[in-house]
Amino acid sequence: MKLRYFAWVRERIGKPEEEIDPPAGVATIAELVTWLSQRGEEYAHAFENPRVIRAAIDRAHVRSDAAISGAREIAFFPPMTGG
Amino acid sequence: MAATVRLQREPFDAASETEKLRRGRSDIGAVVTFTGICRGDEAGAPLLAMTLEHYPNMAEAEIARHVAAAERRWPLLGVAVVHRYGRLQPGEDIVLVVTAAAHRQDAFAAAEFLMDYLKTRAPFWKQIELAGGGRTDKIWVEAKRSDDALADRWTPSSGRRAAE
Repeated sequence: MKLRYFAWVRERIGKPEEEIDPPAGVATIAELVTWLSQRGEEYAHAFENPRVIRAAIDRAHVRSDAAISGAREIAFFPPMTGG
Repeated sequence: MAATVRLQREPFDAASETEKLRRGRSDIGAVVTFTGICRGDEAGAPLLAMTLEHYPNMAEAEIARHVAAAERRWPLLGVAVVHRYGRLQPGEDIVLVVTAAAHRQDAFAAAEFLMDYLKTRAPFWKQIELAGGGRTDKIWVEAKRSDDALADRWTPSSGRRAAE
């Protein structure tokens, strides 16, 4: 599945997107955040406060308990400041 | 109902978007036009520029979802939302919301609803460059709790604001 990062999440991780293949035990957004945090310091830094991280699956907002199976694109970003 | 949702880098023309909504209609009695503008300060500090990052495709889809929600809540006869992205300077327009209805209460309420949601759920992120001292760092603007509170007014459980 494709992961996309925006704003300071992207800056901390150091790339705007990547393809990943999480193990079967990673079933939800929250579990994906935990799994990603273990990949390296830059990920841990980006996700150090999971409560401010927002997620979208296939371009729609989801909560942290959302299931990721079948997702084509998951995005992580800070609270939005549009408008 | 005619609905325009557009993202663009270039400035928009509010009068032209409004005219498109009204053209040939005799049922529209009220048009509300809101323009969001880049101010010259952020929390008191003077601004050189603001850069808007966005999540392409999701931004249009999310705005369109809220336009559809506005359409379900109020008897609207037209909506246009234009949101810019990229680097903007103080004084430049950021966002346009135009709502048309037979009566003013619906046009006003829908415009406010759309702006409250644009502030909290449309995937855009602002960075600012502050004036002075040779700083070239861009600083991410933090989302405001007050914007979340404004958006929460529109959910049925809050009960504090009638949207009918």
